[in-house]
Amino acid sequence: MKYVYFPGCCIHGSGRHCEEALFAVFEKLGIELEELPDWNCCGSTVYLAIDEPSMFALAARNLALTQKLGEKELFTPCAGCFLALHKTNDYLAQYPKLAEKVHRALAAVGLEYNGQVQVRHLVDILVNDYGLERLQSQVVRKLEGLRVVPYYGCQFIRPYPVFDDVYSPTSMDRLLECLGAEVVPYPLKTRCCGGPLAGMVGEVGYRLNYLLLKEAKRRNADLVVTSCPFCQFNLECYQDEISERYHEDVHIPTLFIAQVVGVALGIPREQLGFRRLLVSPEPALEKIKEVAHA
Amino acid sequence: MFPVRLKYEAELNRGFVYELSKIPGCERIWDCIQCGTCSGTCPLSIYMDYTPRTLIGMAREGFMDDILRSSTIWICSSCYVCTVRCPRKLKVTDLMYALKRYAIELGVNSKRHPLPTVAAEFRRLVTKYGRNPEGRLSMRVLIKCNPLSIFRMARLGRRLLMRGRFCLKRDVIQGRHAIRTMLQVIREGS
Repeated sequence: MKYVYFPGCCIHGSGRHCEEALFAVFEKLGIELEELPDWNCCGSTVYLAIDEPSMFALAARNLALTQKLGEKELFTPCAGCFLALHKTNDYLAQYPKLAEKVHRALAAVGLEYNGQVQVRHLVDILVNDYGLERLQSQVVRKLEGLRVVPYYGCQFIRPYPVFDDVYSPTSMDRLLECLGAEVVPYPLKTRCCGGPLAGMVGEVGYRLNYLLLKEAKRRNADLVVTSCPFCQFNLECYQDEISERYHEDVHIPTLFIAQVVGVALGIPREQLGFRRLLVSPEPALEKIKEVAHA
Repeated sequence: MFPVRLKYEAELNRGFVYELSKIPGCERIWDCIQCGTCSGTCPLSIYMDYTPRTLIGMAREGFMDDILRSSTIWICSSCYVCTVRCPRKLKVTDLMYALKRYAIELGVNSKRHPLPTVAAEFRRLVTKYGRNPEGRLSMRVLIKCNPLSIFRMARLGRRLLMRGRFCLKRDVIQGRHAIRTMLQVIREGS
């Protein structure tokens, strides 16, 4: 198996541990990655607030570069990039006027795009391409006794439920169960973490994250697992500020999905970027029951 | 006296909604039945000055000024829950983005409003480097909007820096000239 890899800006900044874990996991599973040469920012949702055709052109450049490589799929571990790239495919097909502008911009730099590159998310690949049974056979350290909250966030399934249910997604639940973890029923699993609001408008953003963390604590979870590097940042990094503001201890280790998969595959902690986490998951991971493997 | 300001018909912009309905994603604005599903599902509507339902109603009646000055359009974090749940299939999130673009274009927000500043800085950095260096983006926005908040964020910044998660390094791509050309072609075409 081999994929063209689109890291996204977050992974090069605050989400470096996500990439480290991703590489380690994929190496272990024998999935090859080839980074998209000279990729650019997908435009994210922020650029949509500036200019619509420009945002789609930015995203389309990456898709066109993938097509130039002769590949049909583009893999990204970030939910924001996933949505931006996927939305570009959808809108180019739906709105001919918009598509014409974007194609003209691409042609000006010697690129073309036929709309045929599929965008894939990390969870999609692990669950649907690699397969849960095959993944389960690779597990050397079952996460038994660990209570895990799967946090899907928004842009992973909304508004395009490509590989999961839009109201009640289960792909991450199934993935975590196959690793042996106990999945905590968590009704807020698709509630928004506020994206950039936490850093910019604290009184709103902190509260959104507070609600998510408080609910995870109340359900006696040991870990929160996210599908997006940016949600991971929001949920993990503001825990001190949130605890102070709301006079309640909401500290709970928050990991990116690849890190949890890595633990179950028996990859050493150093390769999973644990030293970059602000809230150490070690005490939680000690709860894993050592079971004898046949 | 009550702090009431009367609204007159002449202040409304009746053409606004027609302009809006031409934007990809906003075509169905006349289909809204004002049921309030968007406001009910929105995790942020309680912090907004007008809820999404009210905003759509106001847009159709031409309250352009009030809409563009509202906190609503900037508090929307584009989680798309309204778009998914709307029984009339309005793409409410796309509508919010269209309104943000109007607000930026007409310059109605204060220069210290953090969220339009994020958009402006994001554009500057992406056009310059091709990628978005997160650390630089957040530093610049903080300096521009609320320099004193840097002290408040310093603790987090230091902890991230120590773990290599706060990167001020530029992430420059080779195709940055291509990016500029593309954006220029689009600007000239519209």
